[in-house]
Amino acid sequence: MITEIGKYFIFIRTLFINRESFRTYYKLVLEESVTIGIGSLFLVALVSTFMGAVTTVQTAFNMVSPLIPDYVISQVVREMTVLELAPTIIAVIYAGKVGSSMAGGLGTMRITEQIDALEVMGINSASYLVLPKVIASLLMFPLLVIVAGVCALVGGYVVGVLGEIITPNDYVFGLRFSYNEFTVIFALIKAVVFSFLVSSISSYQGYYTEGGALEVGVSSTKAVTNSVIAVLLADYFLAQLLLVK
Amino acid sequence: MIQIEDITKSFGEKTILKGVSGTFEKGKPNLIIGASGTGKSVLLKCIVGLVKPDTGRVLYDDRDFYSGDRYLKIEIRREMGMLFQGGALFDSKTVEENVRFPLDILTKMKYDEKQDRVNFCLKRVGLENANKKMPSEISGGMKKRVGIARAIVNNPKYLFCDEPNSGLDPQTSVLIDDLILDLSEEFDMTTIVVTHDMNSMLGIGEKIMFLYQGHKVWEGNKNEITHSNVKEFEAFVFANKVMNSLREK
Repeated sequence: MITEIGKYFIFIRTLFINRESFRTYYKLVLEESVTIGIGSLFLVALVSTFMGAVTTVQTAFNMVSPLIPDYVISQVVREMTVLELAPTIIAVIYAGKVGSSMAGGLGTMRITEQIDALEVMGINSASYLVLPKVIASLLMFPLLVIVAGVCALVGGYVVGVLGEIITPNDYVFGLRFSYNEFTVIFALIKAVVFSFLVSSISSYQGYYTEGGALEVGVSSTKAVTNSVIAVLLADYFLAQLLLVK
Repeated sequence: MIQIEDITKSFGEKTILKGVSGTFEKGKPNLIIGASGTGKSVLLKCIVGLVKPDTGRVLYDDRDFYSGDRYLKIEIRREMGMLFQGGALFDSKTVEENVRFPLDILTKMKYDEKQDRVNFCLKRVGLENANKKMPSEISGGMKKRVGIARAIVNNPKYLFCDEPNSGLDPQTSVLIDDLILDLSEEFDMTTIVVTHDMNSMLGIGEKIMFLYQGHKVWEGNKNEITHSNVKEFEAFVFANKVMNSLREK
């Protein structure tokens, strides 16, 4: 375990040694951004819309006291979505979709000697293949989290209004009520940290794949498992660090 | 010229290479041969730096590859071309993009210059009409030829071929062997070919190193194959019925 963590940090260091020119990375980052960002947009929007809708219905269901005003429903949806659901749950989905794909792609390149081919050409294969993925993740995942937050709030609004759970005015009032802008900053800090963890851990698992097709599958599974564990640990530490006074 | 001195390599308890030394000459194919599991591919990986040997030196024209100088290592690597067993073509790139790749990354050539060089190399390996094909659309033999084109596109001083004939029919194997021989002479490269193919030995074996259980036990050329007194080498060469019948004649 300790050896593995040490190897991971050495791997991260190699991404920045003997890099290729900026020109080389520019196109790769754009390509990865399209794959990661646009490719994940539909799933993220779908999941977060339903997440917001379900949170609205369940919050309403649990509010049994007539003394609690209706706008508290959207306030709860806002806090849950921005603080936790949008960054963390989307990071878990991101690990499953993008992380496994990164690990699978790199693992296949490893077993078919494509990574060796890069090394023999004198190219830092880790930096060439992984750094664009990490940079693209850092750029795209916070945007996906913003999209997820908006979709969840819209999903909650639509279900709340159509299901006659809450009036449009109450919903909007609840979203604005006692709003603390730091929650959004906190969500974006989490997004940056999670995107780095998912992309680097998944790439690490894929890059060091040994064996054949079966091991590529194992690497993909490990990539998702380890990324999710890292995301959950980071989630706790960030909350402890930034929210507890 | 490439010299290797006292190369040893172990993986865990198992020692694969046990003090292998030798010289690989310029302008002709140098073959490393041996049965499966004797350490041929590991030796090649030690030479190109994909596997670090436990002891020993690899000298590229008297420059020590494992001297610890990172920039020297990169400099030497940029003088290498390598054909991998499965071709190792980049799946997401076309044939043309695969061949152009080293030029895109390692040179500052203009697009037209790069394209001319790519077309020249593809023509040289007989694939002038395959530019836009994807690796998944071409045969194993064609993949090897694209691999050779990619290996030579950057005018390397050293060419390495790992089992260039594996999985190919005899006619395509001869074609690949001839190509390696011609290119080595034409571009005056130091070429090292790892193989266990008897036809390659007889066809392009200008210099042959035979490995047995991690040791170099025989060295010679294709004309000396049948006159060896080394019993391990004899057993390898005459394991084939055709070769055996030749000996009886």
